[in-house]
Amino acid sequence: MWKWFHQLASPPHFYRISAILSPWLAVPGLVLIAYATWQGLFVVPMDYQQGDAFRIIYVHVPAAYLSLMAYMIMASAGAIGLIWRIKLSHAVAAAAAPIGAAFTFLALATGSIWGRPMWGTWWEWGDPRMMSELILLFLYFGYMALRSAIDDTAKADKASAVLALVGIVNVVIVHFSVEWWSSLHQGQTVFKRGTMDADMRLPLLMMIIGFTLLFGSMLLRRIRTEVLYRERRTRWVREMVLSPEGAA
Amino acid sequence: MDFFAMGGYGAYVWSCYALTFVIVVFSHWRARLRHRRIYREIEVRLKALEDRE
Repeated sequence: MWKWFHQLASPPHFYRISAILSPWLAVPGLVLIAYATWQGLFVVPMDYQQGDAFRIIYVHVPAAYLSLMAYMIMASAGAIGLIWRIKLSHAVAAAAAPIGAAFTFLALATGSIWGRPMWGTWWEWGDPRMMSELILLFLYFGYMALRSAIDDTAKADKASAVLALVGIVNVVIVHFSVEWWSSLHQGQTVFKRGTMDADMRLPLLMMIIGFTLLFGSMLLRRIRTEVLYRERRTRWVREMVLSPEGAA
Repeated sequence: MDFFAMGGYGAYVWSCYALTFVIVVFSHWRARLRHRRIYREIEVRLKALEDRE
């Protein structure tokens, strides 16, 4: 097992394996998402309070969940890179940022669209859940801006890892905001017993698993690109690019 | 047609699902573009080096 991990961390090996592995995550992920979307939109009965508007939950919750998960991957990969100096882990951190930003934007946008008919407002300045999620988006932007501002990759890796670690505070705030302060946003329901009917919950769980698989595939693809860029002056990249088959 | 009306919430529900689709596709497309660009840059640089040798 350890040997397998060690091999995977070797860039040429990772470059090869990630291309094979990526569709094995994406295809089951997309199948789950397609099935759960059909269930969530057409099969599950409407909510007795929210009517059909509650169906937004099936895209909003996975997006919000991944916005936090991507951040934790980004920060912990950065920390592993700082402590153990594993080259690949900084590539993981760099690859997670744009995907995390995309899902954070999606969580904010779907939340806003959902809020309009339910709370009567698109956005509420000062609401702890909304503000902390917006700060999360700015953290991702700051992280990517910091990376692209520093030309030396090793220095960019270190500086951005420190920024990501400091920003974990905000992830904790996003998570607990609905418990610590009063918010328009409802509390945690998905994993609490008795708050959501099983018929409604099952498609949501499938959505979360489906989107997590899709996220995994997107992350692998982006790490692969990151590895290629970082290894651009190495012999294996040279041999691969100049080989007659010319792999992608 | 009731399916698409979503009890009056159609515009909200469908725009959320459409947006999800658009963002996932957009992110995938951007990632692909970046990969191809980087690969091509490396290819151009290495071929130029090879010609000089």
